[in-house]
Amino acid sequence: MLNQNLKLNSEFFSDEDERKSLRDGFGEGLVIAGEKNKNVIVLCADLEESTRVDDFARKFPERFFETGVAEQNMAAIAAGLGVSHKIPFISSFAVFSPGRNWEQIRTTIAYNKSNVKIAGHHAGVAVGEDGATHQALEDVALMRVMPNMTVLCPCDAIEAKKAALAAAEINGPVYIRLGKQPLRALTTEDTPFNVGRAEIFWEPKAGIAPQCAIIACGSLVGSAILAAKELEDEDIHVIVLNIHTIKPIDLKRIIEIVERTGAVVTVEEHQIAGGMGSAVAEVLAENYPVPIEFIGVDDVFGESGKGDELIEKYGMGVRNIKEAAKKVLKRKVN
Amino acid sequence: MEILHDKKLHFLEENANKIRELIIEMLLEAGSGHSAGSLGMADIFSAFYFHILSHDPKNPDWVDRDRLVLSNGHICPVRYAAMALAGYFPVEELMTLRKIGSRLQGHPYRLALPGLETTSGPLGSGLSQAIGIALAARLDQKKFRIYCVTSDGEHDEGNTWEAVMFAGKHKLSNLTEIIDRNNIQIDGFTEDVMPLEPLREKYEAFRWHVLEVDGHNIEEFVDAVNEARAIYEKPTAIIAHTIPGKGVSFMEQDFNWHGRSPNKEEAKRALDEIRTLGQRIKKEHE
Repeated sequence: MLNQNLKLNSEFFSDEDERKSLRDGFGEGLVIAGEKNKNVIVLCADLEESTRVDDFARKFPERFFETGVAEQNMAAIAAGLGVSHKIPFISSFAVFSPGRNWEQIRTTIAYNKSNVKIAGHHAGVAVGEDGATHQALEDVALMRVMPNMTVLCPCDAIEAKKAALAAAEINGPVYIRLGKQPLRALTTEDTPFNVGRAEIFWEPKAGIAPQCAIIACGSLVGSAILAAKELEDEDIHVIVLNIHTIKPIDLKRIIEIVERTGAVVTVEEHQIAGGMGSAVAEVLAENYPVPIEFIGVDDVFGESGKGDELIEKYGMGVRNIKEAAKKVLKRKVN
Repeated sequence: MEILHDKKLHFLEENANKIRELIIEMLLEAGSGHSAGSLGMADIFSAFYFHILSHDPKNPDWVDRDRLVLSNGHICPVRYAAMALAGYFPVEELMTLRKIGSRLQGHPYRLALPGLETTSGPLGSGLSQAIGIALAARLDQKKFRIYCVTSDGEHDEGNTWEAVMFAGKHKLSNLTEIIDRNNIQIDGFTEDVMPLEPLREKYEAFRWHVLEVDGHNIEEFVDAVNEARAIYEKPTAIIAHTIPGKGVSFMEQDFNWHGRSPNKEEAKRALDEIRTLGQRIKKEHE
């Protein structure tokens, strides 16, 4: 059942519930951050509307800079602003930022500890029709290997808004990963969001021991919850952990739930290599080795299609998550 | 900036020669590093740290200081030497260049050494960072100037031209770029590796004010910086024609010295030449 303590959206399972894209939440967060602090600045590389920085641009035109299609320049300009007591957000598609401008981010932002926030939009295959060139599946790997970088991966529009606000408060570089697909809200305004703290979104009813932990992030936390609910009907009981902060990873919470379950499925819309699942595996291999199944893209590029179709085709659907849970249970050492 | 009297000019010239001596000593001690570009920019760095910049070596974080951004970070020996002489840190510390635990990293690391404005080395992104600092200054209505030293070779990088376009669009008149036009890069002469000319016309087409100077004529350089301060509505690029390896005959104009440091024997010859030159400069001033 959904964790009652976290004030999650009770309408999540209702088909009627409105879907909202993470970028909309992110854009709302930016406007609030801009109202709260006049040092918040936004830069964008010819994707003002697509990355939802248009409201900020209208409200604070003097603090909005359009760099044109020039992500490297955008990153390094932000680095200069960030060492000058400003809080710049750079906003583009993740394939370009942090894809194309990775070295500028590494040298001038991360190594340089400049206070820059990087919003990588359209991450994942569910970008859909635009095809593989525009579906970032490597960005978490690119960002989490960088010292000084915080990596956030919100699971719905509300969490995306909170991530933007939290990023503005952090003194240092932050990466925020955002998918395009509109999603049902899992959280509410009252759900806690603390950077670095993973939260148990789903757990078995009182008195039932969990058999497996599903650790999920971003766009697929909802799918992990749907899988958990269906597994419950088959008398398989799991915990779902929403790990919105991939770096610094919540080591304590991960070990805590794995001690209870002894088996893990990681779920993310990213390459399996180097992503959140890899981060979890690193932690567990060192501290508490248990069988793990990885849900993610398995060393291939995406293609054009509808978001939901692609999620299924590339093995990240609810069905795949359920199968992975069953598989990992068989591997479990009792 | 105060007026450049003859006496001050003589001091800046002698000081540039002192910087050259220190560059050779540092590079010999380090056993690696970039000789040619560092020597070539000694006059300009002498002018910056001892005449042009409004700065306080004892208070390197002073908010209203002029910003000197070094984009081509590999010539940092010239910057370190000028900073040490200006009083940012002890001159003896120069001998720690490139050694483990040193604040003088092989390429400048802002967080290691107070007085550095950016972290640099990978080419093509320094002008962008200077633009960010210039935008922040404009937003905060600060009067300080932002100077950005770039190489000519780094104009091969697309990022450089993205930055040039942006600064032109935003009429960043508080920004002055100094292009070290020494015509060499690692693989050879710039015009063979990737032709940059007509460089002046390119900048003008990107809406910049452009000046060209002899980068070893301090008076001419200071005049150009002063002119740039008087230009509103446009950023200024000063194309400084320099001799790579300036002051050491066997290094001058030789691209093989771009990324090399001298051995003991070469360093001795280099120091002899620089000191002889120093005596000559002194004599001329008497």
